[in-house]
Amino acid sequence: MKFYVRRITFYVITLWAAISLNFALPRLMPGDAMSTMIARMGRSGDIPESTLRSIELLFGNPDESSLWEQYVAYLGQLFRGDLGVSVTKYPAPVTELIGQALPWTIGLVGLATVISFVLGVGAGAFVGWKRGTWVDSFVPASTLLQAVPYFWLAMIFVYLFAVTNRWFPIAWNYDPFSFSGPELSWAFVGSVVYHGTLPALTIVISSFGGWLLGMRNMMVATLSEDYVTTAEAKGLKRSRILTTYAARNAALPSMAGFSIALAFVVAGSIVTEQVFSYPGLGKLMITAVQGNDYALMQGTFLVITIAVLAANFLMDLIYGFIDPRTRHNG
Amino acid sequence: MAKDDIRDRETVTPADVLGGPTRRRGLTDFMPRKSGKLLAGLVLVVGTLLFAFLGPLFTQNPRNSDNPALLPPGSDGHVLGTTSLGRDVLAQLAHGAQGSIMVGLVAGAIALVLSLIFGILAGYVGGWTDEGLSAFTSVMLVLPGLPLIIVLASFAQQSDALQFMSRSLWLVAIILGLTAWPGAAIVLRSQARSLRVRDYVAASRVAGEKPHWIIGVEILPNLLPLLAAQFIGAVILAIMNEAGLAYLGLGPSGSITWGTMLNEAQTGAALTRGAWWWFVPPGLMIALFGCGLSLINFSIDEVVNPKLRTAPAAVKSVRKAAKAVAEDEKKVEA
Repeated sequence: MKFYVRRITFYVITLWAAISLNFALPRLMPGDAMSTMIARMGRSGDIPESTLRSIELLFGNPDESSLWEQYVAYLGQLFRGDLGVSVTKYPAPVTELIGQALPWTIGLVGLATVISFVLGVGAGAFVGWKRGTWVDSFVPASTLLQAVPYFWLAMIFVYLFAVTNRWFPIAWNYDPFSFSGPELSWAFVGSVVYHGTLPALTIVISSFGGWLLGMRNMMVATLSEDYVTTAEAKGLKRSRILTTYAARNAALPSMAGFSIALAFVVAGSIVTEQVFSYPGLGKLMITAVQGNDYALMQGTFLVITIAVLAANFLMDLIYGFIDPRTRHNG
Repeated sequence: MAKDDIRDRETVTPADVLGGPTRRRGLTDFMPRKSGKLLAGLVLVVGTLLFAFLGPLFTQNPRNSDNPALLPPGSDGHVLGTTSLGRDVLAQLAHGAQGSIMVGLVAGAIALVLSLIFGILAGYVGGWTDEGLSAFTSVMLVLPGLPLIIVLASFAQQSDALQFMSRSLWLVAIILGLTAWPGAAIVLRSQARSLRVRDYVAASRVAGEKPHWIIGVEILPNLLPLLAAQFIGAVILAIMNEAGLAYLGLGPSGSITWGTMLNEAQTGAALTRGAWWWFVPPGLMIALFGCGLSLINFSIDEVVNPKLRTAPAAVKSVRKAAKAVAEDEKKVEA
């Protein structure tokens, strides 16, 4: 129980830190960022009153209230689920835009991560088991794979499989000409899968190497433990030693390292979404940055952070369940 | 039969079975063992560095746009062709290498210093300092890196006080460095905690050495391989993140990096125009340089964690022994 209380406390603190960071960043920037921004935007025409208002909310108007009052107002706004109004897609509220994009990112990144985790850990267990043989040459190969920038791989895929050979679509999450919006039909599901294959493949291929390497190294270390030697000496079947003795224990750190790996996947998928014009959170964030839409940018940052925290928390719960040591020592 | 067969000996030490590494002393203990991996890594890294610093001497001005646009590779003296603005891709690649490596090194150095402060200081001092510093580290670790970098870079652009370095290579490097340290700090902290209670550290504390002396002379030298690995890891991460940031249009605007090349290729519609020579080389350079650095890192890892080195070797020697036994038995039967 103590373990869960500790973990929950940690995530609550982290969430508070992320929210406060979001509040503080625009105010911490040296110089008068607000007037610079307004001046810059003013050059390209008149600024609507609503935009001015949303910028003031974001940076805080020092004439109106103290920093503390601004902070309290900001927190209150968040609790009501109000993230402000988008400037680029005026007058759509930020929450609505995020609500449209979120399912696509969770579907794409979530599924791709699970596939890549299962494949990578499985392959890593095998390569570690066959240590000292030709299979060891997989290690440098997967290093190269890991050093490949996600979005560059995505560009290559688009070039090879969507431009040169028209096997897959260049962009979007489903065919906008056949469907006016998401609907419940097999044809629509087919279109989504067809459009999601290349982006998912990119994420799987470029994150696969990391799982493989981590698992392989843990496998090599675990296989030199005494209890594995004992198991061999008892004459247990090799398949039993591999699965029940070695792989099960070696997989634990892979799961513990999930948070770091997830950060890579999220970072990679943001840029990947941009390459495929996949209308998820990453693309939304980039649109916001390019259009100087700060409410939208901070809203997406907050939601991405919350999603990552939630995934980590879930993994912590699973980890605490499968490895009792963490519950007692943690 | 070999003159020194294990089975002929009266006593067998673990070192005999594990392939018996020769005893090393002093600094050589910290040097990565020579291996194919290390060699390949060094070739890739040194090759890229040479290309970055000697290449520009032999290429055009990377901003020269007098050449015909979108020439395919090999035509008219342009080894890697030209961009849609008529710029020589090879020249851009060589200058971009300088920019990318610069960003990587500066960000790596910043991350190293921060991870030393948050890792070793926290681990060594302990108590409330440790609690505070490591709580901050864990929070920073789970905050998603690239989104944070995007937000920081985007606000930094708006700030008039940062205008003098607005969107420069340095600003990008600083932002990348400020976000790349938490992973390393956590590893260093646990190492420092374990070193802190070793006898020799206790001895030098009893002898009245000052904390900064103990950290600098007793603890840090033992962590050198680990620090090197963490630094290399941070450099790789920074180069990759710079490429991503630049691709999204938030990179350094005055300089050329591999990332800005990819960004220009994207905005210049290189994909749909089929100009593969424009976007393939920069990504490939990132992958090869990153791969070279990781291979060097593996060799360092094998110093830090000897099991990675001895275990495969042990399996090999066990297999060899089993084969020898089988052959002997055959001989006996014959």
